[in-house]
Amino acid sequence: MFVARSIAADHKDLIHDVSYDFHGRRMATCSSDQSVKVWDKSESGEWHCTASWKTHSGSVWRVTWAHPEFGQVLASCSFDRTAAVWEEIVGESNDKQRGQSHWIKRTTLVDSRTSVTDVKFAPKHMGLMLTTCSADGVVRVYEAPDVMNLSQWSLQHEISCKLNCSCISWNPSSSRAHPPMIAVGSDDSNVMYGGKVQIYEYNENTRSTLMTVTDAVHDIAFSPNLGRSFHVLAIATKDVRIFKLVPLRKESSSTGPTKFEVQIVAQFDNHNSQVWRVSWNITSTLLASSGDDGCVRLWKANYMDNWKCTGILKGDGSPVNGSSGQPGAMNTMVGSTAAPSAGWPDADPPSLVYIQYYTHPSTVHQHSVYIQYYTI
Amino acid sequence: MEEVDVEPTTTPIPGFDSNQKHLGFVWGPGDILVYETIYKASGGSAGGCPFVHEVRKDEDIYSPILRKLFNESHHIFVGLQRIREDLPSKNKKPQFVSISKNYRSVIRACMEELQQVAGIPSLSTLKGFISMMSHLSLWCKQNFNIFCTLFVVCDPLAGSLVLHLLDWVRLHKADVDEKAREVLASESPAEHQAYWDVVISYVLQGRMDEARQVLVKQAALQPAARVMFKLLDNLLMKMPIFNPGETQTLTEFDVKWRHWREEVDHCLQDQSFASNRHLEDICKILVGDEDVLLEYKELLSTWYHFLVTRLLFSHPTVKPTELHYYAQSSMHMFLDTRSVPEPLDSILLAAFEFDIHQVIKDCSIALNNWWFVGHLTDLLDHCKLLQSHNLHFGSNLREFLLLEYASGLFTHHSLWQLAVDYFDHCPEFGRVYLELQIERVPLDTERKALKVIRICEQRQMTEQVRSICKIMAKKALRNNRLGSALSWSIRAKDAAFATLISERFLQDYCAKGTFSDLDLIDNLGPAMLLSDRLTFLGKYREFHRLYGEKRFSDAAKLLLSLMTAKIAPHSFWMTLLTDALPLLEQKEVIFSADQTHELMFCLEELTSGKSVPTPDRPMQVLGYTPPYPLSNVCFPFNLLIHCFIICSNLYSCLARG
Repeated sequence: MFVARSIAADHKDLIHDVSYDFHGRRMATCSSDQSVKVWDKSESGEWHCTASWKTHSGSVWRVTWAHPEFGQVLASCSFDRTAAVWEEIVGESNDKQRGQSHWIKRTTLVDSRTSVTDVKFAPKHMGLMLTTCSADGVVRVYEAPDVMNLSQWSLQHEISCKLNCSCISWNPSSSRAHPPMIAVGSDDSNVMYGGKVQIYEYNENTRSTLMTVTDAVHDIAFSPNLGRSFHVLAIATKDVRIFKLVPLRKESSSTGPTKFEVQIVAQFDNHNSQVWRVSWNITSTLLASSGDDGCVRLWKANYMDNWKCTGILKGDGSPVNGSSGQPGAMNTMVGSTAAPSAGWPDADPPSLVYIQYYTHPSTVHQHSVYIQYYTI
Repeated sequence: MEEVDVEPTTTPIPGFDSNQKHLGFVWGPGDILVYETIYKASGGSAGGCPFVHEVRKDEDIYSPILRKLFNESHHIFVGLQRIREDLPSKNKKPQFVSISKNYRSVIRACMEELQQVAGIPSLSTLKGFISMMSHLSLWCKQNFNIFCTLFVVCDPLAGSLVLHLLDWVRLHKADVDEKAREVLASESPAEHQAYWDVVISYVLQGRMDEARQVLVKQAALQPAARVMFKLLDNLLMKMPIFNPGETQTLTEFDVKWRHWREEVDHCLQDQSFASNRHLEDICKILVGDEDVLLEYKELLSTWYHFLVTRLLFSHPTVKPTELHYYAQSSMHMFLDTRSVPEPLDSILLAAFEFDIHQVIKDCSIALNNWWFVGHLTDLLDHCKLLQSHNLHFGSNLREFLLLEYASGLFTHHSLWQLAVDYFDHCPEFGRVYLELQIERVPLDTERKALKVIRICEQRQMTEQVRSICKIMAKKALRNNRLGSALSWSIRAKDAAFATLISERFLQDYCAKGTFSDLDLIDNLGPAMLLSDRLTFLGKYREFHRLYGEKRFSDAAKLLLSLMTAKIAPHSFWMTLLTDALPLLEQKEVIFSADQTHELMFCLEELTSGKSVPTPDRPMQVLGYTPPYPLSNVCFPFNLLIHCFIICSNLYSCLARG
């Protein structure tokens, strides 16, 4: 792998999130400078900033694209306790000539009383739905009933997670074999508070906490389902963990939440300390993670489902020269000298984990699953 | 044997210090974007964020020559998949051999092209043309042959093994021909400094006839040594080469070869060539003298050339099962005790041991591209060789590797179409992968969208087709191309969107008095039924057409039915009633008495409503100019009056009739 090009982002403060659109031709960046920038890729592969505007009155934590079926739509969330939905409109002709586009705010979602830490659109088969989570532990699901009118959003569900929430992930699977699922992570560092990952089945009646990890969780990501009967979930906590959730057969009479057998497929502490982001590539053949070691690590499974690190992206250690860096000087190719490995991990076989279920006494529908690990 | 294992590679990110900040990232279709950030809430002073870096892999697919290789090997791959399962294996074998030969010739062509391009200095200096990495994969592309030969052809006739190996070595050391041409073209070839290198290289590759031809030049120069040259020429000429095509048995060949060998030995003992060092060395090579062979390390260049030459002159009837023994000893003899064998050496060694699994495994680690392992494993799997080598996960391994290869192709703007066929031939996950990848192909143009849709339709991927159409419809609407938006939403069977666009068409009509995209609306056909509003749009336009063709009674009937059957939205009734006026004013009777009643009933229904809708289009649309000024407010009543006038006309007509 090599750095093909470097883009002068020109944000006045830290970038917190970069998001690709569905087709990979556009990206959005958001920053503590309270702005969002949209970038378009030209035929030759160059990136051009086509819009830059102030979106919030605080740091913008995350920015994300809606599926293009709903048009050119972005959502952002911020320290200013709001989330916002933006839509690009075809601008005046002189704007087009200047290569600029117009984004207008369609709505501001103001229900949270604390910083909104993550924002995600639901999979498109559910319609145009947006989920936010906030530091005060509330997950909110909004829906735009009329996809042609993005200024109307109704709050469909409000789930209290009790712990401050840091991240959410929808299960992208559109299979009818299971209800839609949302995983929520909490970065509360007190291990005594128990489960830091809760999984909700999105259903009129049942929401269930399915799995717990007791350390602070900073990011969470369902992998594309690939038509399998089980789900795979990656978690960024004090290490990188990959879980497999295998649904257990329901008794036909039971209306309660699905129970899962939870298996830990892989666990890596190569980042030395906290892991902050995990994310799958399109076909979930690669998982990337970012951690306290200042590196991005790429993980890959072989055909035996053994996971292994296959690549590391690491700073070259040269002094951070801030915004004074010369864009021209950065455009040189930097190649890695050794051949990157295609990956034949030969870690130990995945260890099975037995789990115990018990019903939480205080709630009817919320079931907690506390995991005990027995490695065979 | 030892396992080849490599540490994960580290890619340096310029201008970034991993000790101070975090590295944020996002996955792209063929790359990964990274940027510096701080995830901790108490990040401290931050400062600006100068760069987002685009990190890419798989440079191979951007080289045009290799692209040709990918294209052509794709054809062969598809051909291989078509070989029928139910054929008896006896009939399949020749097909597999020919497939492996096809791969081989594609590789050869690719290599030649690469060498040609590399020969031009200006190009070869171009950064990244043949990078270290593609060198490695090139290496393996060359060696695809040997693996195919060893595993697929795998002739039980021991004698032919050496021939295959020689063939492979010749491909590897093709530069000797170049050198020979240069020597022969010079003024006095025999005095050329590379003269003896050429002769000996030919001998080392077992190309005796060529060696003799070059040798003649020297003989002509030294008449005194004629006898000696004649003797060597004779030895070279008589060297028996096993030919599997002939009726000769291996034992017969062996006897012949031993005779010849004794003859050469004899010459050495006689010191026949003692006066010429070069001729003596050649003679020693002919008896397989390892010390002399190793003196020509430079010409052999690799341990496997040494192996093949050694086999040729010492063990020409070597059996495949004995190969690894000679391979190992050759490698150790050839390489210095200090130098460690490279991963690629180990791969070859594994191949000589017929350890297919090890070969595939090691190649996957050592190469940056799945082309080689993917195709090789596929071929071996078809030959049922994976099973015979006790790899019970056989087809999974094949699929795993092909999926990786095809996913790599998918990130390329034109090669993705090749990947589709690879996915098609992966029974377990091929389809899901294709579904995930194909909907992310950028839909830059309508043509490209249609191409993607065709691929999806051929595979009954209805959801992907719907989604693509929907995206295209949305895009067209954004750009105000209503016709295109409508046809895409019809294709997507998206009723809600079709309604919305129909609405826009009607609004446009009201504003401008004309319809755009008549072709499309006139030819809606059954697609019209997708949504009520679209039906109305189609029917209303049909009314216009009938009116234009002066088929007034049909037009009137249709117009009326639009209201009575509640197809027309209420807001549009006033427009329809206005459209009825010119029909009522025609000289001949168009609306029958019953129809007129219905028309009046419609008018009543409209006016009895709480709000009186204002007409939202100019009146002159159908060429109707009201005889007296109409204000919007009083319009329905005026219309009413009008109707009465017309009706009285009507009744008088009836009375006269």
